[in-house]
Amino acid sequence: MAKTTKNNTIKLNFDTKYAPAPESKASAKIDAKYDLFINGKFEKPSSKKYFDTINPATEEKLSEVADANAADVDKAVKAARTAYDKTWGKMPAKERAKYIYRIARMIQERAREFSVIETLDGGKPIRESRDVDVPLVANHFFYYAGWADKLEYAFPNKKIAPLGVAGQIIPWNFPLLMAAWKIAPALATGNTVVLKPAETTPLTALKLAEIIQESDLPPGVVNIITGAGATGAAIVNHPDINKIAFTGSTNVGKIIQKAVAGTDKKVTLELGGKAANIIFDDAPLDQAVEGIINGIFFNQGHVCCAGSRLFVQESVYDTVLRKLKDRLESLIVGDPLDKNTDIGAINSKEQMDNIVKYLKIGEKEGLDMYQSSCPIPKKGFFIRPTLFTNVAQSSRLAQEEIFGPVLTIQTFRTDDEVIEKANNTPFGLSAGVWTDKGSKIFNLTTKLRAGVIWANTYNKFDPTSPFGGYKESGYGREGGLHGLGAYLNL
Amino acid sequence: MYPNYLPQKIVATFLLLLKITLKNMVATNTSIAIPDFSISPRIDQVGVEERASRFTKRSIKAETKLNGLLLTLNMIDLTTLEGKDTKGKVQQLCYKAQHLHDSYPGLPTVAAICVYPSMVKIAKQALGNSGVKVAAVATAFPSGQAPLDVKIRDTKFAVAEGADEIDMVISRGKFLEGEYNFVFDEIAAIKEACGTARLKVILETGELVTLDKVRRASDIAMYAGGDFIKTSTGKISPAATMPVTLVMLEAIRDFYYKTGKMIAMKPAGGISKSKLALHYLVMLQETLGTAWMNNEWFRFGASSLANDVLMQLEKERTGVYQSANYFSID
Repeated sequence: MAKTTKNNTIKLNFDTKYAPAPESKASAKIDAKYDLFINGKFEKPSSKKYFDTINPATEEKLSEVADANAADVDKAVKAARTAYDKTWGKMPAKERAKYIYRIARMIQERAREFSVIETLDGGKPIRESRDVDVPLVANHFFYYAGWADKLEYAFPNKKIAPLGVAGQIIPWNFPLLMAAWKIAPALATGNTVVLKPAETTPLTALKLAEIIQESDLPPGVVNIITGAGATGAAIVNHPDINKIAFTGSTNVGKIIQKAVAGTDKKVTLELGGKAANIIFDDAPLDQAVEGIINGIFFNQGHVCCAGSRLFVQESVYDTVLRKLKDRLESLIVGDPLDKNTDIGAINSKEQMDNIVKYLKIGEKEGLDMYQSSCPIPKKGFFIRPTLFTNVAQSSRLAQEEIFGPVLTIQTFRTDDEVIEKANNTPFGLSAGVWTDKGSKIFNLTTKLRAGVIWANTYNKFDPTSPFGGYKESGYGREGGLHGLGAYLNL
Repeated sequence: MYPNYLPQKIVATFLLLLKITLKNMVATNTSIAIPDFSISPRIDQVGVEERASRFTKRSIKAETKLNGLLLTLNMIDLTTLEGKDTKGKVQQLCYKAQHLHDSYPGLPTVAAICVYPSMVKIAKQALGNSGVKVAAVATAFPSGQAPLDVKIRDTKFAVAEGADEIDMVISRGKFLEGEYNFVFDEIAAIKEACGTARLKVILETGELVTLDKVRRASDIAMYAGGDFIKTSTGKISPAATMPVTLVMLEAIRDFYYKTGKMIAMKPAGGISKSKLALHYLVMLQETLGTAWMNNEWFRFGASSLANDVLMQLEKERTGVYQSANYFSID
């Protein structure tokens, strides 16, 4: 064979530190100051107080928003009650649907603006707000708009009626999506709304208020007021509210539960989780590794249904761990506005401190910690994706919700063992099962005590699918047909 | 393990052949345990497609893009595989391989020219000492429907003519019949016939259809001694796709985990735009890492990709797109 003497191979740098590709901020119009959206108008708070909302990736101030006190809440509830009595409650369902469709379309039209602001205010990567959050938001409005004039088919042979005024309190992890989950079914069923977004992420909800104003929705049907815990408490305790819908921490859920005891308020609570993500030895391992990554590092792990407890069958443990560590290295942590970023900023200083506290507990417990070697920005709140191995069921890290990019890894031997371990938690929101065998999936889905169980995938959401928990993960369902029932007297 | 209706003698001969093959294997790859291919890892198609689409979301700009485009050019196996190929056609293509676009200084050459065995000598002469390799498709390409001794002769002829690389096809019919040992032995026999030429094993994934089978064929090809695994002949649609390539890259990664031996990858057919080529490079980088990011370990089997890359490079340099007429067709 003739030998080729010259080597024509070139080597050039093409690694995962891709050149920056930031999304433009130009489409995001953020005002210097936001008032409360009450009765179709932006009104100054009677407290006269405002608080800052910052970009967690840079710690720079984005805007300031009004701090609503009890008097403001009362004003909003009165507006909602009037709208319910005078316009919205009487409106034919078909007409209601038109408004909801209009809101859905307007969200689609301004999808880019919403994505950019969601990322600026909350720290989540633009890839997620663009490809997941905002499309789902529009889909939720479309889906429930479709139900508005078909409620009698959703609940045949029942005399259905709306509840009245719904007080809705939402968290900071999916600010706009949670607003959509709350507002869309409430409007479709003929209720009016007082909604409070989280204090660290109020901007997209206020942008939604602008859209609602432009959509000519009758004044008072949706009121959006900002504030912290005290504002939320004022909503929960307001006597003229018929329904409380809350998504957030289990601790606050318990407080709400106590506050509404003895009243005739209806309640749905969607609280914390500590989901088991279970990998069997016959699973398609490369795809399972992808599911593990998606399960725990999606939205920096700020997901109530995050797959934060990984269970790997012992016979494939070494392989899975090696693949997982390799995959961790290709994750890009950094500027959330960069289109290549996989993991963005932790939502707030407070949450960052909380996660760091757990990292320290893990170290103290003697667990093996592994973090990817990726560089992270000096400014802003960032944490490297973290794995803990050598974790026992009795470890605090495996028991408590961390709400960050931190995964604990445990091993198991048999199906029964893993079912028992997975259910051995006060939570019960979600779980994941990875196996090639259909019968095993059915066995586990019937025995795992969790509201949502994903098979060979994770963190998939759809407006048609109900979502909610068992045990301390709350009660009531949002999404799908079940989500309608939560806003109706049946 | 073997069908019991086979005469004892044939079984015995077969076992002997297998033993010889295994002995050769041991000689070339020091003590690699050969797994049961019927239990190759299963693949979840939905998961693979989702992961593959994630690579297309990477936004490749500035220096990364420039480097990616130059790497792509350097990874191309510039291909002509037509019944009407002639000396003239092959010589022109060989000139293009070394002079992609001389008005742009400092461009690399392509990795190799890929031709039928009858054209190897011509290509070899035309390429001279340029460093561009000559790859020959052998083993009754593209169907592979010929007896083993014909395939071996085909291979040996191409190697004797000067081929640096041999692109063989597996017997898809036998594979689909479940005759994995047959497929394995055939690859091993061709590998032996290659001598020092590097062997690319074409799975023709468009005929295997499912990703489970792609994975299994990849495992067989690597354990049987293939230096490259390659998706397609380019004669069957679909040819290379990102999900199929991802499954093969993951098979390469698993083989590397187990044996420490690197195997090269060649998607072929259907990659004609630079943007898609950059997506493949992202996939390669994020699946196998930097060690694989050169033409020793990754190739594009393509004929029209080079000009699209050149067009993009000129756009990066001058800021404007130029007409296709500015780039020579071969």
